[in-house]
Amino acid sequence: MFKKILIANRGEIACRVIKTARRMGIATVAVYSDADRNALHVRMADEAVHIGPAPANRSYIVIDRIMAAIRETGAEAVHPGYGFLSENPKFAEALAEADVAFIGPPAKAIEAMGDKITSKRLAAEAGVSTVPGYMGLIADADEAVRISGEIGYPVMIKASAGGGGKGMRIAWKEDEVRDGFQSSKNEAASSFGDDRIFIEKFVTQPRHIEIQVLADAHGNTVYLNERECSIQRRNQKVIEEAPSPFLDEATRKAMGEQACALASAVGYTSAGTVEFIVDGERNFYFLEMNTRLQVEHPVTELITGIDLVEQMIRVANGETLSITQGDIGINGWAMESRLYAEDPYRGFLPSIGRLTRYRPPEEVAEADHAVRNDTGVFEGGEISMYYDPMIAKLCTWGPDRAAAIEAMRVALDSFEVEGIGHNLPFLSAVMDHPKFTSGDITTAFIAEEYPEGFNGVELPEAQLRRVAAAAAAMYRVAEIRRTRVSGRLDNHERKVGSDWVVDLQGVQFPVTVKADRAGATIAFADGAEHRVASDWTPGDQLARLDVDGTPLVMKVGKITGGFRLRTRGADLDVRVMSPRQAELAALMPVKAEADTSKLLLCPMPGLIVKVNVAEGDEVQEGQALCTVEAMKMENILRAERKGRVSKINAAEGDNLAVDDVIMEFE
Amino acid sequence: MKDILEQLEGRRAEARLGGGQKRIDAQHAKGKLTARERIELLLDADSFEEFDMFVTHRATDFGMAENKVAGDGVVTGWGTINGRQVYVFSQDFTVLGGSLSETHAQKICKVMDMAMQNGAPVIGLNDSGGARIQEGVASLAGYAEVFQRNVLASGVVPQISVIMGPCAGGAVYSPAMTDFIFMVRESSYMFVTGPDVVKTVTNEVVTAEELGGAATHTRKSSVADGAFENDVVALTEVRRLVDFLPANNRAKPPVRPFFDDPGRIEPSLDTLIPDNANTPYDMKELIVKLADEGDFYEIQAEFAKNILTGFIRLEGSTVGVVANQPMVLAGCLDIDSSRKAARFVRFCDAFEIPLLTLVDVPGFLPGTGQELGGVIKHGAKLLFAYGEATVPKVTVITRKAYGGAYDVMSSKHLRGDLNYAWPTAEIAVMGAKGATEILYRSELGEPEKIAARTAEYERNFANPFKAAERGFIDEVILPHSTRKRLCRAFASLRGKRLSNPWKKHDNIPL
Repeated sequence: MFKKILIANRGEIACRVIKTARRMGIATVAVYSDADRNALHVRMADEAVHIGPAPANRSYIVIDRIMAAIRETGAEAVHPGYGFLSENPKFAEALAEADVAFIGPPAKAIEAMGDKITSKRLAAEAGVSTVPGYMGLIADADEAVRISGEIGYPVMIKASAGGGGKGMRIAWKEDEVRDGFQSSKNEAASSFGDDRIFIEKFVTQPRHIEIQVLADAHGNTVYLNERECSIQRRNQKVIEEAPSPFLDEATRKAMGEQACALASAVGYTSAGTVEFIVDGERNFYFLEMNTRLQVEHPVTELITGIDLVEQMIRVANGETLSITQGDIGINGWAMESRLYAEDPYRGFLPSIGRLTRYRPPEEVAEADHAVRNDTGVFEGGEISMYYDPMIAKLCTWGPDRAAAIEAMRVALDSFEVEGIGHNLPFLSAVMDHPKFTSGDITTAFIAEEYPEGFNGVELPEAQLRRVAAAAAAMYRVAEIRRTRVSGRLDNHERKVGSDWVVDLQGVQFPVTVKADRAGATIAFADGAEHRVASDWTPGDQLARLDVDGTPLVMKVGKITGGFRLRTRGADLDVRVMSPRQAELAALMPVKAEADTSKLLLCPMPGLIVKVNVAEGDEVQEGQALCTVEAMKMENILRAERKGRVSKINAAEGDNLAVDDVIMEFE
Repeated sequence: MKDILEQLEGRRAEARLGGGQKRIDAQHAKGKLTARERIELLLDADSFEEFDMFVTHRATDFGMAENKVAGDGVVTGWGTINGRQVYVFSQDFTVLGGSLSETHAQKICKVMDMAMQNGAPVIGLNDSGGARIQEGVASLAGYAEVFQRNVLASGVVPQISVIMGPCAGGAVYSPAMTDFIFMVRESSYMFVTGPDVVKTVTNEVVTAEELGGAATHTRKSSVADGAFENDVVALTEVRRLVDFLPANNRAKPPVRPFFDDPGRIEPSLDTLIPDNANTPYDMKELIVKLADEGDFYEIQAEFAKNILTGFIRLEGSTVGVVANQPMVLAGCLDIDSSRKAARFVRFCDAFEIPLLTLVDVPGFLPGTGQELGGVIKHGAKLLFAYGEATVPKVTVITRKAYGGAYDVMSSKHLRGDLNYAWPTAEIAVMGAKGATEILYRSELGEPEKIAARTAEYERNFANPFKAAERGFIDEVILPHSTRKRLCRAFASLRGKRLSNPWKKHDNIPL
């Protein structure tokens, strides 16, 4: 076995690989850029080598830098993680030349599958069903428009070298093909250094289901069931699960066997993933093969009990697979939620900054549920603008799908993240969405169910009452503590009453709190009673309560006369008042928020790369106004309505902060 | 006897109605509560005891003899906030516009006298049209009687003003001399002369809100210490502030049970200071992570944001915090920040509230604006305030402590009791670049030499050790254990006794 391996990656995946390597007794080497000097993967590894400036194209994807780090540390093998150099055949070749093992497939297989056009041809030859599309290279936007017309709309424009949603656009009409072609090309060039683009039919009502394969160099290939990755936003996966709630055993077997056939046909070794698009009749079409460890691999590990990273290391070491197809079953159900540094209330735009608070839920592995969090960050760490905004993968396992979802709900509620915008509320919202819980999902789920973006969650009345009961019990505790201050007039202390009015953003619940040693019973005006058990004390930022026998986990912030509570994706300003206070508070005017409708505010910290309009221009609804680049993504800001530009405050090349005014309208 | 009781009930009911239901409704329509409703929110339920409910004015001119309302436009008395005694007066806008008459002033003076005698804070809820013109000089005399008591009470008992409506003309000078002024957004304003007079005299056109609204006074003039959304929020927050304050200058700051481990370790503070010395960070994060339960009551949050002032608790006991804020103007000292912090330091010293100073200061802000504005004297205010303060003083230098600003920020030399530094501290006359450019002016044309000199200077001075070697820094502490160290530091200073030489009073550079 290798004595030392280098992980040519960063973030959670580097940490993930280090964990397994350590368990196997293998020393680890991390590499890091200027921006990652204090990163978690650097702290975890046995050794760490600095490989250059922050931008990935000057550090993590510079083959020479990685090769130098290998020479310097004497690593015998390299795990590439995902992204960066993981699917770069030149890197695999460079390693082979240097006689360093690549913990991944052979260069040839990467090359064959890395090019989407070649991979489709090979898949078709291997007997794998494929989606109709144009396989050739496309010279310009005009040709793209012509080809799209031939295939029939909608079409998908993709970067040949792409992945992870980068350089990918869906076009429903000619204009969009032109726009999309250019922006895909630009993104492909900046992300992958390869601007080749191809176009294919966009299958409607599709599910994204992928098969995990594992192959050794001795001709053994197995599949480890599927993962359902249909919950995507703009082709970026958000929630994955295994198994799929949609596949039957026959389809699973057919897909698995085709995936294995393709792997064998290209001489594949190591872990790989064959992605399919599946329609409502369970017809499946080959999309692409990812010749690396997938981001969402933990769900497969949780239902099979197989450590994929360990298997990859063993295969790279020349070992024969010890697992046969017959050994692989499905144990229970696993869910994965990707935690992104993206603000769901600002159109999921990237958010950067210092993680002032980062407390993931405790990892557990019990008979009835499990929680696993793969993370690359820590409290006090910095989320920089240079890399992928995914900061953690929260996985849960349960004996069945409902149990896995319930475990995820509690885990998400227990996850504390502050300092940056993040998508935890959105993830919680999906976990409570009836369509999601029923398993009736397609890749269009987010676009269809959240067409206006995410505007927060409105909890049903029953849930609000639980929150109100909890808040009343907690507030009473806080108020009693306040009366224990020193210097009070003896025998004239304040008596904390038992009648309260809980105001949940305008909805008022008059309650009576009867406290005892074990907790409190909260009686509502209609006679309903809730039992709250809690060990919450003032200042605790996470309240783990038990309301009527079921857990209620809430993040607790401070506001005047109450709490800011977050649970199940809902942010609630909760005020707890005495009945008289409530009466007087009702007299207070509702103040309107400042009007920002005539301003274009910068939605994220970023660089203005293009301003498309000038002062005095008439703009139409939907017209592109300017482009802001953040985290390698070009975001086009469009006019929300028709109007005239009265003032432009930012120029190309300006670095702006959130809510800086870019332009003003008449 | 029954008659008297009936009469008492009747007169009480009448007094409680103030200017009558119509005016109460008008007050509500403006989004404002009545004087009595405000007191209900400010004090513990059923704790208010009213004085002088039946007082009426004695004026007869301009038909005033027929225009008498019991209480005369102000409700006064005492009650408790979380069981601690306070005196309160609340002007009643429904009675003659809350205007101040001789008797109205006498009622205020009575509670102020009692507050001083009995050692309890005075809270004034201001909502008044100004002097009662019909009374002429008697009204002005009333103001002055109040002013005189504000002066005498200053430093004896905490005085808090909440501006909840108009406060114009001479009326502003009573709140102006209290310790804290809070305002309610959009329904309160304060100015010496109103928009009409301004228009007549200077021809400037300005709205009342622009001239003296909450935004103006919290952001620009610094007259107010905070502004709140509405009456309810304002009064709830005043209750919260009172929980931090001692009852008088002879009482200890209040202590209350706390649910936060004094030994709590915060590993994230080890990465608070960025690698690059010129990169800002949020000092507020440090304050919140040091404080019991993350509770920070900020004073003047909207003004001179390059310095932070406010109250926290450590082990349940109040501590005043002054901290440079690197996020704004690199945390430098200037006229505004010096004045803001000086006033806060003096309040804490007057009421025996221990002081915590968190230092990351690159120096004083240069420029003609500052020099012509008198930064010398204004900066000296903070220096003076720290120098005269005899309360326990603990200082933590997190990063820069350069030049004269190092001396000012509660340094050892100003009788700092415990002066700590983080390993990232740089205590020097100035930054390395500036220093080498002066010391090695002749080598300025040779960038390599200068770079080497700069590096040498950094090695020698960009650390806490030179100061620690001289004992100016008592100990270099690790960021993650700062809370623990501070709790122990203040605990060790509980018995501190220090007094300044006898004097009639000092002569702070005003």
